[in-house]
Amino acid sequence: MENKKKILVIEDEATLQKALNDILVQDEYEVFSALDGLSGVEIAGKEKPDLILLDIILPKMDGFEVLKKLKEGETSNIPVIILTNLNDIDDIQKALDLGATTYLVKADFHLEDVLKKIKEII
Amino acid sequence: MEIKKFVLRQLTFQDCRESGLSLWQCPNFLFLVMGLINICSMLGVYIIVQRYDIPELVIFSVSAISVLIFAVGSSVINSFEQVAKANKMKSEFVSIASHQLKAPLSGIRWATDALIGNKKESLTQRQIEYLKDIQENTSRMIRLVNDLLDVSRIETGRMTIGDQEVDLKDTVETVIKELNYFALAHHTKLILKVDNNIKKIKNDPVRIKMVMQNFIDNAIKYIGDNKGEIVISLKNKGKDIFFSVKDNGMGIPQEERKRIFEKFYRGDNIAKRQTIGTGLGLYIAKAVIDNSKGKIGFDSKEGTGSTFWFTLPAINNLNFNIN
Repeated sequence: MENKKKILVIEDEATLQKALNDILVQDEYEVFSALDGLSGVEIAGKEKPDLILLDIILPKMDGFEVLKKLKEGETSNIPVIILTNLNDIDDIQKALDLGATTYLVKADFHLEDVLKKIKEII
Repeated sequence: MEIKKFVLRQLTFQDCRESGLSLWQCPNFLFLVMGLINICSMLGVYIIVQRYDIPELVIFSVSAISVLIFAVGSSVINSFEQVAKANKMKSEFVSIASHQLKAPLSGIRWATDALIGNKKESLTQRQIEYLKDIQENTSRMIRLVNDLLDVSRIETGRMTIGDQEVDLKDTVETVIKELNYFALAHHTKLILKVDNNIKKIKNDPVRIKMVMQNFIDNAIKYIGDNKGEIVISLKNKGKDIFFSVKDNGMGIPQEERKRIFEKFYRGDNIAKRQTIGTGLGLYIAKAVIDNSKGKIGFDSKEGTGSTFWFTLPAINNLNFNIN
């Protein structure tokens, strides 16, 4: 496979990070992981991934803040899928207004649904 | 009768007792006290003025009464603060439940998904079975948390219904696929009958899926032990879409029919045999359908089974007529 597609996962829960990583690598994606918002923004700038999965509640810098930063610079064209367990309409709307492509409520989705969503976008 | 009940309830301060407020924090009681003080003081002042010709005495008594009313008033304000605090605690609890419970549950769900989805190492049949059990149980727990969140939304009037286009045929097929495993475990067959060209509706895909899930899940649970057969149908009916789930289970006893859509209500039959279930599903389903301008109901015969149904307005096809 030449040119594996790159995905950045910004998520602080180690279990979710691991599960996503395993399933994405198996599907021939190149995966980068960030456990907090700040390093997420850094890696995004360095690696220019094809897609970013972004949690909302994160240490150091929350997801909304990360999203704002991502949409400012050279990373502004990268599609972002919000991963969250907040499912109040207001939070979701806020993320979409900030430029997120779509969102997933973590507890309501299986891993394969996440994969499906990713494939719809890239 | 209703009026008598209402008055009795007010006079015994039932509402306050149920919310755990003491008598001196109960607004109903305090307003009553204020009213009585007002009446007594007016009479008192009237009598004083009649008997004595001392204006200072009137001023003094009016001031004393004002102080008294002020004291009772501050107690009323205090009690409202208590109520507001209780309400705030409730919503804080809800947000804790939503985040702190859902985070670990999604961890379990995704870890299990990753194990089952692993293509490199093969698992034994038995191991896969156990993993599917974990998956199924996790799903139930997540549904419960979501149900509790929904109840709190309904009660605070924050239940919102989306307006995305929903393909009910797709939805029902997914639901059946997901519940087939559960049906098989109860020796029950799920049969789907769908009209051609089911019209689309505008709603919230997640919520509608939940209502369908609830109907079918209930049918499976209440079907008894063997040879269960559940017929799920989806039809165009005039301007509406009609969805129904018919089972050949134990049916609903006459005396329970009235309470089926009540919050936390569970049929006697099931409460005795099963511990799973909270009695929230149909309460939420009714709120969803009512909020979507649809109708919801059921027909049941004891011993032969029940049919639960709902209708939802289809997206109208006026546009086609114009052309």
